[in-house]
Amino acid sequence: MSVYTKNGTVIMENLPSVVSFGTAVGRMEGEGPLGSCFDYVDDSPDFGESTWEKAESRLQQLAFGQALSKGGLSESDIDFMFAGDLLNQCAASGYGMRDNGVSFFGLYGACSTMAESLALAAIFADNGIGQYTAAVTSSHFCSAERQFRFPENYGGQRTPTSQWTATASGCAILGAHYEAPYIKAVTVGNITDMGIKDANNMGAAMAPAAYATLKCHFAAAHSSPADYDLILTGDLGYVGSELLRDLFLQDGITLGDSYNDCGLMLFDREKQDVHAGGSGCGCSAAVLCGHILPRMRKGELRNVLFTATGALMSTTLVQQGESIPAIAHCVHITASDGR
Amino acid sequence: MKLTKNEYGRLAKLRSPNSKIYRNVPMAFLVGGLICVVGQVLTELYKAAGAEEELAGTLTSVSLVALSAVLTGMGLYSRLAKYAGAGTLVPITGFANAVVSPALEFRTEGYVPGVGAKIFTIAGPVIVYGLAASAVYGVILFIAQMSGAV
Repeated sequence: MSVYTKNGTVIMENLPSVVSFGTAVGRMEGEGPLGSCFDYVDDSPDFGESTWEKAESRLQQLAFGQALSKGGLSESDIDFMFAGDLLNQCAASGYGMRDNGVSFFGLYGACSTMAESLALAAIFADNGIGQYTAAVTSSHFCSAERQFRFPENYGGQRTPTSQWTATASGCAILGAHYEAPYIKAVTVGNITDMGIKDANNMGAAMAPAAYATLKCHFAAAHSSPADYDLILTGDLGYVGSELLRDLFLQDGITLGDSYNDCGLMLFDREKQDVHAGGSGCGCSAAVLCGHILPRMRKGELRNVLFTATGALMSTTLVQQGESIPAIAHCVHITASDGR
Repeated sequence: MKLTKNEYGRLAKLRSPNSKIYRNVPMAFLVGGLICVVGQVLTELYKAAGAEEELAGTLTSVSLVALSAVLTGMGLYSRLAKYAGAGTLVPITGFANAVVSPALEFRTEGYVPGVGAKIFTIAGPVIVYGLAASAVYGVILFIAQMSGAV
C-alpha cells in the first residue's frame, strides 16, 4: 500500500509502471523543437470537427487512442480514467470520453492537471485498484482563447509576459509494476497565492506554487535538486521559470541545467512568437508523454520530477479584482527498479 | 517562502519584460496614419466622382468598415494588429474588427445565443460610454446655450 509521509507526499510501495503513453498536437506544436516526438500532428486546427470544443475533444480521443494502440490495449482494458482540460465544466474531457465506457473522473487543475491526473492514477495503480488507469489532459488554443480572452480574429496585442495555449493532448496509462518508467512518489500541492493579479502573467502567479510544492517534496523525500536528472515544471514559461530560480536562490539552492519548463520546450519562443512560452494543460501533457517518458524508457533520463503548475483563476474573479491562486503537483518518475 | 506578497510582487515586476514601446509606438503611428491616408484618398475619390463633402465622408467610413470586416474574416486584420497595436485599434477599422470578430467566433452557438448575444462583447463598452458621453455633452451644451455663454 502507498505510504503517506507528510506535506502531501505519497510514496509508492510497488512503483507502478507507466505502461504506455500517447500524444496528439496541432501544426504549430508539430513545427516546434519537439515536433518529431509526437505521435499525431494535424495540420488543420479543427481536427476535422465543426467547432473548437469538438476539436479539443477529438484531440483528447486521439491521444488516448495513441496510448492504447502503442500499449497493445483496448478501451475495455482501462478500468479508470482521470481526465481534464481548461474548458468550463471540463467539457473537452466529458464530451471526448463519453463513448468509451471507462469509469471516469473529471479533474480541473488548470495547467497542473496532467500532474494531478498522473498522481491520482499512480495511487490507484500502486494500490491495485483496477488493472490499468489512464491520465489524459488536453488544451486547444482556439477553445481557450474564446473562453478566457478574445475571439480568434480580434486585433489585439499580447503582452510580453503572456503565454500561448498549446493545442496538444497527452495520455499516460498506468498499471502494476512491470517495466520502466515507474512512479516513485507524488506530492500534492496546496493552493498558493502571492497576490499576482495580472491574468496575462500567469508564470509569475504560479512560480510560488511550484516552489512550495518542490520544497515539500524535497523535505518529504529527503532529496535535493541534485538528485534528479531533470526537474520539469509546466508551464511557468520564461517569467515564471526565472522567478522559480530566484525563489530557490534565496534558499541558497541553484536550479542549474537540470531544470527546465515544458512551456519553454514545446515552442521556439522567438521564432514562433509565443511571448513567454507555451501553456495549457495539453502543453505539459504532450511534453511529458511525447518527449520525457520515451527518453526515460530508453534510459536517457533516470529521475525526473514532473511538476505541473496551474493558475486556478476565473476570469470573473479577476475582473472583480481578486488575485490569482495557483497550484503545483509533483510526480517523481524514475527508471530505477529499486523498490 | 521568505518573501512577503509585496516583495514578491516587486520581484515579479522586475522579472516581467515590458512591452517594446520603442517599436510599438512608431508602428502604431505608421499603420494608424496609413489607414487615415487610405481614408483621405477614398474621400477625394468619392468627391471627384461627384459626392458632396458630407456624403463622401460617410461613404469613406462605410468603405473602411467594409474593408476591415473583410480583412477580419480573412484573418488578416489580427495579423496586422499584432504589429500595429493602437494603429489598428483606434481608427474606425478597429471598431469594425471588434464587432466582426466576435460575430464570426460565436456563430457556432447559433444566430441568437451566439452572434446576436456576443456581437457587442468587445465593442459594447465603447457604444455605452460613447452614448453616455454624448448625452453629458448635450446637457452641458444646453445649459451653456440657455445661459447665453455660447
